[in-house]
Amino acid sequence: MGPAMEAPLVRVRSLRKEFGGHAVLRDLDAGVARGEILGLIGENGAGKSTLVKILAGIHRPTAGTVELDGKAVVFRSPTDARRAGVSLVPQEFNLAADLTVEENVFLGSELLTARHTLDTARMRARTAALLQELGASAAPGDRIDGLSAAQKQLVEVGKALAFDARLLILDEPTTMLTRREIDRLFAVMRALRDKGMTLIYVSHKLAEVKAVCDRVLVLKDGELVHQAAIAEIDPPEMARRMVGRELREIYPPKRPADGPVVLEVRDLASPGAFSGVSFTVRQGEILGLAGLVGAGRTEIAEALMGLRPSTGTVRLGGQVLRARTAAQAVRGGLSYLSEDRQGSGVLPGFSIAENVTLVSLPAYCGPLGLVDRAREAESARGWRERFHIKAPDLSAPLESLSGGNQQKVSLAKTLDPGPRLVIVDEPTRGVDVAAKQEIYRFLAELAEKGAALLLISSELEEIVGLCHRVVVMREGRVAGERSGAEVGEQPIMYLATGTEAEVSA
Amino acid sequence: MSALLERLRRLEKQRYAAFAALAILTVVSAFLSPYFLQPQNLLNILRQVSYTGLIALGMTFVIVSGGIDLSVGSMAAFVGSLAVLALNAVAGRGWSPGAAVAAAVACALAAGLACGLANGLLVTKGRIAPFIVTLGTMALFRSLSLYLGDAGEFRSEVERFGDLGSAAPAGLPLPALVLVGLAALLSLLFSRTRYGRAVRAVGSNARVARYSAIDVDATRLWAYALNGLMVGVSAVLIAMRFNSVGTSTQGLNYELDAIAAVIIGGTAMAGGRGTVWGTVVGAITLGIINNMLNMVGISTYLQGTVKGLVIIGAVFIQRQRQQ
Repeated sequence: MGPAMEAPLVRVRSLRKEFGGHAVLRDLDAGVARGEILGLIGENGAGKSTLVKILAGIHRPTAGTVELDGKAVVFRSPTDARRAGVSLVPQEFNLAADLTVEENVFLGSELLTARHTLDTARMRARTAALLQELGASAAPGDRIDGLSAAQKQLVEVGKALAFDARLLILDEPTTMLTRREIDRLFAVMRALRDKGMTLIYVSHKLAEVKAVCDRVLVLKDGELVHQAAIAEIDPPEMARRMVGRELREIYPPKRPADGPVVLEVRDLASPGAFSGVSFTVRQGEILGLAGLVGAGRTEIAEALMGLRPSTGTVRLGGQVLRARTAAQAVRGGLSYLSEDRQGSGVLPGFSIAENVTLVSLPAYCGPLGLVDRAREAESARGWRERFHIKAPDLSAPLESLSGGNQQKVSLAKTLDPGPRLVIVDEPTRGVDVAAKQEIYRFLAELAEKGAALLLISSELEEIVGLCHRVVVMREGRVAGERSGAEVGEQPIMYLATGTEAEVSA
Repeated sequence: MSALLERLRRLEKQRYAAFAALAILTVVSAFLSPYFLQPQNLLNILRQVSYTGLIALGMTFVIVSGGIDLSVGSMAAFVGSLAVLALNAVAGRGWSPGAAVAAAVACALAAGLACGLANGLLVTKGRIAPFIVTLGTMALFRSLSLYLGDAGEFRSEVERFGDLGSAAPAGLPLPALVLVGLAALLSLLFSRTRYGRAVRAVGSNARVARYSAIDVDATRLWAYALNGLMVGVSAVLIAMRFNSVGTSTQGLNYELDAIAAVIIGGTAMAGGRGTVWGTVVGAITLGIINNMLNMVGISTYLQGTVKGLVIIGAVFIQRQRQQ
């Protein structure tokens, strides 16, 4: 503990939180020093989100106390917490899409004039000042649904800062951001710290924690297992502390991929998204599709799947595939794991087994369309075993599983039709290190068994660790291709951004 | 073992809440009125709920798929009018009464299906909100039947048609038999087939369904078509019951009763979840409430108040349970 810890801004004592008898936080003692950026890391289910939600007044502890400035406080609501100077930027955007930036920043706490009407002038000025401070390009009068993910993120931060926050908590803020936008956010965070604000940064991305934080707390199973100044800990050590055991090499070895061409794409174009896209994928190969958010990667996947109108030629196993609907694409031998699990991947209210057969259901039906539920259950059991899905009851709703296990079900759903080419879009978004490692192993196994894979990812490390070859997109066009030893973070970033300057940044 | 218990607990919550409410209501009613449990009274209730119950079966598919159909009552008047017109036209040509009845039934089913398809096409291909589409067709179908019948009624000229309206094979009213038979069939369709699964998937999250290679538009279209078909079945049975169709009265407020039955039966208004048998239970529950209000002598004018409160209460309870 450094000298700053003598008068921490926030201290929790014997903090305990149970959900339905299950302890998520176990008598946690920890402190946050004034003016530091504190990294909070741990696997899914370690209690990070629960801890920050208690600090922000969303949850109330089962036992224990939270002290702010040495005084015990009880927050009954997020508004309570905000009044005391604690603001949370949630993991998912919490903005009203139809309202303007300024209306969102003051939503629920609007400034009023003496006559109890909205004081738009004051709110506008305050919002403009905030946006400038954050280096956001959005204007106070812009509607939220016209903004990019990065701008929305900054609006969220602005919303958190609008009421003199002393403690700003950011829960996985970089999931939707590109490298450049992340750097911008980090600069903002450092500037806030230098002005005396205290920040808590929750993340799965250990390299980013290393880059921006001053100190790290590692949670495991609701307990504090390690804390260290950032200079004394590196990402591999963080990962080891998180899982509590030595992690073997996280990426499986790459096998040679010299099979015949499975997918051949020629001059694929989709108006307003991308054009002139050509590439091939071989049997047993993992082809990476890299690029910044908005470069057209997901749109290419959607076009291949018949989910977005497109022109050009697609050949699968030599046969021309003209998919106008996802059903046609699936019948042709394609399958797609979408980047947005909740929004377009799985149904939380459906049972685990029903989610597994969501795409492949026609194969489980007789001539009258009756579902063979015994065969369906058998298949779900098979995937549970193969992917080590922690689910005692496959007829339970999917929402009863943890995020990592839901992602495995989502992957099982994608693979159940037995596709020849699998497109996986951000396959490890929001899952912890151990589940990530497992998913990487499944993907490598799949390629080894003769499938062709197209991997879309914003995590360059993942692309570099898994792919035989990488196609890099920039602004809707193929910027270049790298293979073998050239598959590295620097060359990919160079192609993705198109500037030397970005590489050294 | 604990997994089994967990499953039972879930089943009970989701599926049997409506059954439990019905059981309690039955016991209370039996205490309130000695006449309630008389077979004749129970059969009457069953007959009364059958007409809207049949429509509610179709409505279940529409609501679970994430839609709504306000036009069913007007559609029943329109389709019923066409059926009686067909009946009389065929009989007028000197064909046998059996052929005339068959023509009326076929006409009602075909017209119902066509009306349902029209609603479905406007919702899916026209990309118009179901509430607006069916609000429009509600006005349209009623107006067309009023115009056809000059706001009066279409009387059947075939005695056999009216006889069927009071037919009761094995002592059970014909519409009740049809209701139970179709409920069994549609329950199978809903819970055991690809189509049923697609309806739930589309209602849960249409985007997930689309990305999962489910034809969202076709799924929705056929839900409305099925609903129209059920309106056709119901409309011809009511026409038989009165041996006529009142163009201004037939099917009045049926949309309210059908939607109420679906909701009381435990189907989520937001779509994605529901059961066919729950809807049957919901329809019977409504029927018993009406019956009891009559028996204890509460003004018929107040029955709407009770119905309204029950609908709001059912949704309120659903909400509480979700949290």
